[in-house]
Amino acid sequence: MVDTTAAAGTALRPKTIREHIVEIVSDSGEGAQKAGQTFGTVCARMGNGVWTVEIIPAEIQPPARSPAGASGIRIRLASRYVTNMGDEADIVVAFNEQVLYSRIVNGAYKKGTQVLLENKWRDDAVPEIREQYAKAVAEFRKNGLIVHELPIEKACLEITQNPRRGKNMFVLGMLCRIYSRDVELAKSEIAVTFSRKGDKVIEINHRLFDAGYQFAQEKLALGYEVPPQPAEETEGKRFIVTNGNTALGLGVMASGMELVSMYPITPATSASHYLADVYHEVGGFVHQAEDEIAAAGFAIGSSFAGKTACTITSGPGLALKTEMLALAVMAEVPLVVCLVQRGGPSTGLPTKVEQGDLLATLFGEPGDAPKVVIAAATIEECLHFVIMARRIAETFRTPVILLTDANLATGVQPYQRPEASLDWLAPPVDQSEWDENIPPYNWDPESGLSPRPIPGMPGGQYILTGLAHTKHSKVAYDSDSNQHGCNMRSRKFAALASTLKPPLVHGDDEGDLLVVGWGSTLGAIEEAVDRARAGGHKVSSVHLRFILPMEPGLKKIFQRFRKVMTVEINYSDEPGAPFITEDTRRYAQLAMLLRAHTLIDIDCWSVVFGHPLQPGIIHNVLIKRLEALKGEA
Amino acid sequence: MFGLKADWSLEVFERYFTMGDYAGGEARWCPGCGDHAVLSAAQRLLRDEQQRPEMSVCVSGIGCSSRMPHYLGTFGFHGLHGRALPVACGIKARRPELDVWVATGDGDCFSIGTAHWIHAIRYNMNMTLMVFDNAIYGLTKAQTSPTSPEGFKTNTHPQGAILPAHNPLTVTLGVTNASFVAQVVDWNPPLLYETLKAAYRHKGTGFVRIIQRCPVYAESVSKEMQDNPDRFVLLEHPQGISIDKSAGRQFPNRVEHDPSDLNRAFQIAADESRLPVGLLYHNPDAACYEDLSSQGVEMTPDERLAGFNKVLDRITI
Repeated sequence: MVDTTAAAGTALRPKTIREHIVEIVSDSGEGAQKAGQTFGTVCARMGNGVWTVEIIPAEIQPPARSPAGASGIRIRLASRYVTNMGDEADIVVAFNEQVLYSRIVNGAYKKGTQVLLENKWRDDAVPEIREQYAKAVAEFRKNGLIVHELPIEKACLEITQNPRRGKNMFVLGMLCRIYSRDVELAKSEIAVTFSRKGDKVIEINHRLFDAGYQFAQEKLALGYEVPPQPAEETEGKRFIVTNGNTALGLGVMASGMELVSMYPITPATSASHYLADVYHEVGGFVHQAEDEIAAAGFAIGSSFAGKTACTITSGPGLALKTEMLALAVMAEVPLVVCLVQRGGPSTGLPTKVEQGDLLATLFGEPGDAPKVVIAAATIEECLHFVIMARRIAETFRTPVILLTDANLATGVQPYQRPEASLDWLAPPVDQSEWDENIPPYNWDPESGLSPRPIPGMPGGQYILTGLAHTKHSKVAYDSDSNQHGCNMRSRKFAALASTLKPPLVHGDDEGDLLVVGWGSTLGAIEEAVDRARAGGHKVSSVHLRFILPMEPGLKKIFQRFRKVMTVEINYSDEPGAPFITEDTRRYAQLAMLLRAHTLIDIDCWSVVFGHPLQPGIIHNVLIKRLEALKGEA
Repeated sequence: MFGLKADWSLEVFERYFTMGDYAGGEARWCPGCGDHAVLSAAQRLLRDEQQRPEMSVCVSGIGCSSRMPHYLGTFGFHGLHGRALPVACGIKARRPELDVWVATGDGDCFSIGTAHWIHAIRYNMNMTLMVFDNAIYGLTKAQTSPTSPEGFKTNTHPQGAILPAHNPLTVTLGVTNASFVAQVVDWNPPLLYETLKAAYRHKGTGFVRIIQRCPVYAESVSKEMQDNPDRFVLLEHPQGISIDKSAGRQFPNRVEHDPSDLNRAFQIAADESRLPVGLLYHNPDAACYEDLSSQGVEMTPDERLAGFNKVLDRITI
């Protein structure tokens, strides 16, 4: 079949658009992600708002041409700041037809999505593959996808013996032509990408890029221009491009913490990979412990010795660290725990997105074990919240759990380069003399705060214990000591809460519906709210960063809306499902907390699909909810 | 001027520490418990070494022996069951100048803390690791421990322990990068003192298994050993533990053993008909993990900030 748009591109005038979503999907190991990241960087450097997110199969080497093996990347580029992955893609480049199926199941495409499909399978030696291909293409077209069958690999073979490895830069060339990207800029990014592999590799990839660019020009009548963001949003600012895990690593460095103690776990580990690569430049060290428990214990030891440390993990690792966390709470040891959430329970969905660990961070330990729990809502916050976490951990003598998730961990976007300051760094270890008359837990009776003796301080010797203890850190099992210790360890967080401001409401301060979210859903929720508001609906949103202590003033804000609901990526029972009544319904995690916290009948909508929430889905939910409210009125 | 040392300005009033400086709370172990002997040997050693109390940290897990930090005048960390070693290693990681002691027991180290025992030996950080091995869980009242002799009756095995006792010496010797492995009994104070001293002075993890009496729940285990000095063999060598005559008299069996000979150490450890006392293995040159983990501690805040900005430069668009 001949591509209908062939040779139509040469004299094409690009169409100006505000935003587009592009995907590249392939078998694992075909370099789609590298092509996409480079494309994203080029777009960012040209002034666009960008969000890229990797499409990751759960296995390292899934079988070729299998729907479940889809590996790739999505790039959303726009003439404004982008906060999430968006809804359906406008263009997808696919290296085979099978990998498209899993994306279709995930609702990644719509009628009219342009599919740029490798056509070599049409003439494959294996009859079964030829049949699969023909069947798929017919099906895609029937469902409204616009399929361009393209001899991508054949064109690459003119330049390289190994098109499987070179195709990605060819595709980058195609995309740069389609989106009118700056060729020189793209080529310099390719040079950066392959800088470690030498000039020869760079040269061949440049040739592949040029060929792809030419190919798109000749064979495709697709041409777009996505103008940069308004100058005032970028002028005079410098930007860095990272994913959320790299941002965590940067935050660790900027906080002055000198030690990360970890055990490999998906999807958290790449933060430690990044640190292992660069940490020595700021004098830091990544300790790969023998297990999750030891990783926490090692960090606690370092913190006890005056060097507040960080441990980075995911849900199953958090479960193993529970007892250590309780010890840090009981003995008031500063500690930063970065928790990159994935799907649970148990081994669950290791590579997928979920916000299912909120209650575990709050209530995972036996007994009363309050500690600070905060949640980053953007990639940039992943960086800045680590700095804040270290500071809070030391000031309040407490573990701080910083929640992120697989969505933030793998999403990549440009954000403002931080102006690092000496104030962010941890102060040198205090080794001055300690007045022996001051007990090691000299709790301020109102705030529960106390200064901390550190090994090396003459006169500061005390025995830290996980047993109930007095202010002298003496083991005490009597009623008063235990009650008092619990009071003091809890009071700290009320004191911290007193320094917080109520959250800002996105949208009007009052209305019909208020959406409450936390973590990585910020961008999608606000985009959905904006869409609904543009349609005339009275809906607003609030996004929480502090979970413990809870941000102040929530009840007052909630009371100004007819209905409050949370939108989360964790499990809740669907109203109306068998056996689910008002008595039996289990709510989403933040909803459960907020109901207890405010005594307001807060509703929720949540799913555990394993992928980030998209604005379109949330928008539909909000509209339904708003319609129902109308009926109730 | 006259009699003043060149470094006089550093410390005009030299501090001298007495036993009292290393004393913490009153020890609450049972009368006759072997732990008392270990405590006083450690305190005497700290005094003799004039170790600044504020620069020492004693880390422990949970169990009778893990109460030890409470009875010392140093810093202490009485943490979780089985988890003393990761904490001790973490303390050492970025503060290698601190003197670290670990007090753990046969349940704490050889059972619930097994993973950390193996890996701490491998990290070989400079610390003194004392395992108080009384072959029983004491604090929780008489359950079988990994080193309880086969057939020994406990509350969890009233018909007698069903497995042969675990041999912690061969296991420790088998860990790559083990650097100091010794065994001693609590009821020979001079030998206990000398063994701890050798472990303390060794740069690396000084692993000392202290065979220790529990007069309440496992009296028969230690009684059998004390009644039969033939059960022991004393390891002698110029590079080994220094043994004075009076202390050595307790052990009629002697064997010459060069502690640099790992294969011979294995054979001695594996021969369970005779319990070795002394230094089984010593490698003063084994790599210490803190030499790596503490890299960069000397960097100033300005240098760290400059390093961070360089890192940012590479990802700035």
